[in-house]
Amino acid sequence: MRLGGPAAAGCASLVVGRNQIRYKTPVEPPTSEYRNASDRNHPSRAGAPIVALDRVGKTFANGVVALEGFSLDVRPGEFVALLGPSGCGKSTALRIIAGLSEPTSGTIAWSREQGAGASGARHIGFVFQEPTLMPWATVAANVRLPLKLMGLEPDAPGRVDAALARVGLAGFAASYPRELSGGMKMRTSIARALVTEPELLLMDEPFAALDEITRFRLNNDLLALWQSLHKTVVFVTHSVFESVYLAQRIVVMTPRPGRVFTELAIDVAHPRDERFRTSAEYAAYSRRVSEALADASGSVQVP
Amino acid sequence: MSVAKPGDDARARTDRVFRVLLPIAVLALGGIAWHLVVRIGKIPPYLLPGPALVLSTLVSDWAVLSASLAVTLTTTLEAFLLAAIGGVGLAVLFNQSRLIEYSLYPYAVILQVTPIVAIAPLLLIYLEPQAAVLACAWIVAFFPVLANTTLGLNSIDHNLVDLFRLYGATRRQVLWELKLPAALPYILGGLKIAGGLSLIGAVVAEIAAGSAGAGSGLAYRIVESGYRLNIPRMFAALLLLSVAGIVIFFALALLSHLLLRRWHESAIVREV
Repeated sequence: MRLGGPAAAGCASLVVGRNQIRYKTPVEPPTSEYRNASDRNHPSRAGAPIVALDRVGKTFANGVVALEGFSLDVRPGEFVALLGPSGCGKSTALRIIAGLSEPTSGTIAWSREQGAGASGARHIGFVFQEPTLMPWATVAANVRLPLKLMGLEPDAPGRVDAALARVGLAGFAASYPRELSGGMKMRTSIARALVTEPELLLMDEPFAALDEITRFRLNNDLLALWQSLHKTVVFVTHSVFESVYLAQRIVVMTPRPGRVFTELAIDVAHPRDERFRTSAEYAAYSRRVSEALADASGSVQVP
Repeated sequence: MSVAKPGDDARARTDRVFRVLLPIAVLALGGIAWHLVVRIGKIPPYLLPGPALVLSTLVSDWAVLSASLAVTLTTTLEAFLLAAIGGVGLAVLFNQSRLIEYSLYPYAVILQVTPIVAIAPLLLIYLEPQAAVLACAWIVAFFPVLANTTLGLNSIDHNLVDLFRLYGATRRQVLWELKLPAALPYILGGLKIAGGLSLIGAVVAEIAAGSAGAGSGLAYRIVESGYRLNIPRMFAALLLLSVAGIVIFFALALLSHLLLRRWHESAIVREV
């Protein structure tokens, strides 16, 4: 699991950001979650993973093996893409990280800061493939939902407004989801994921259903958000081009049962913009990632 | 939204006028035809009264008929409210506990598929007539609410359920913030059916109760007028029942519209 130079630099700057946050919040007493973290994830080490999956396997009740021996370290502040063909278990991996699905084998270790809070809910933002908004609630009410469920309602108005402003939907608080375009619905969904200010943002092919122009724009906006908010992003996609454009590190997965085939660092400094899309560098990376993806698919035939 | 062209606006207005005027025109034509058939065929009023006679009976017998209408409407309203509470409540209970659902759902179905006319005489043996009538109306009306609410509670976006889980929502929050609002269009659909069925149930039960019952509802008036060959009054009572049914239907449609108009597909007028 190597990490390229620029990416490592990005990590270091983020650790500073996290320290600043930590001063503001009272130090929590060690919880039982702490013991789950193995020694190699010691929180004092710079760049220690926020979450580490170790040989995680998932077999569904119907016998389908979605994941097998899947290991992944997510480091603070990084933008990592999980790339693989449809049905390779990348969404399952994301759901396991989110705690929505239990692994059938292997372990997940969280860094101390990410230990489960009093409510049992982890501090995670999740963006689904569909906008997944409540159609009966306004945009503001949809974004307020996580705060409401976590009992943080008193801080809600300011936080909701701030989250909406961040995704460029400041004037749409009172609109209903049906009045929004597909891209705006997805922005609402992202605002909802950000409203609790989670350290870790999990995104499950969030832009797959959008048209290309909207997708490009949201790609750029997502990168800007990632840079300004210093979040850690795990981004599931089946698009080579999207993963190269966005990520610092691409984890290429094999077809079912999903496991890590290889990892590729995209050593291109952020901020990246539309010029990167047409650069020779981008084309070269895209080719390398495509080849890796093809090799990953081919690797299954050979036992 | 799209810019309305003047032509579209005019067409929409014409459309609305037609929707109101055409049924009225059909009613008027039907009334005239009815009147002419009675007049030209010289049909005696004890066989078929003309529309004018029915209306004048409605006025002259208003004291009796309005009292009966009040009785039937009270039964209908009580049955509807009990059906709404019972249907939604039972569906929520089924949704919260699978074991309760497995135990009770078959009996809810049996209650629904057994013809109410066959149950009514039995109920009249064991219950006070007024209570028996109410029970009949309730049995007929509650099942659509139960079935629709159950469908609604089971048709929830799985990703939204996951989202609620992600933020540690309690069962109560999932029920009130997610399941019930998501099921609302289904519940309202069930209530719309139940409104009409409460009236039907009340009428059927009153007829089954006959002279053994309290003997004051509109359905009883119809039976009684039949015995006395007071056909104009029969028609007048029937007319009142229809009007009551129409009012119930529109009241529930209005409720549904008011609750769903901001967000649900069913309440949205598409601009073409």
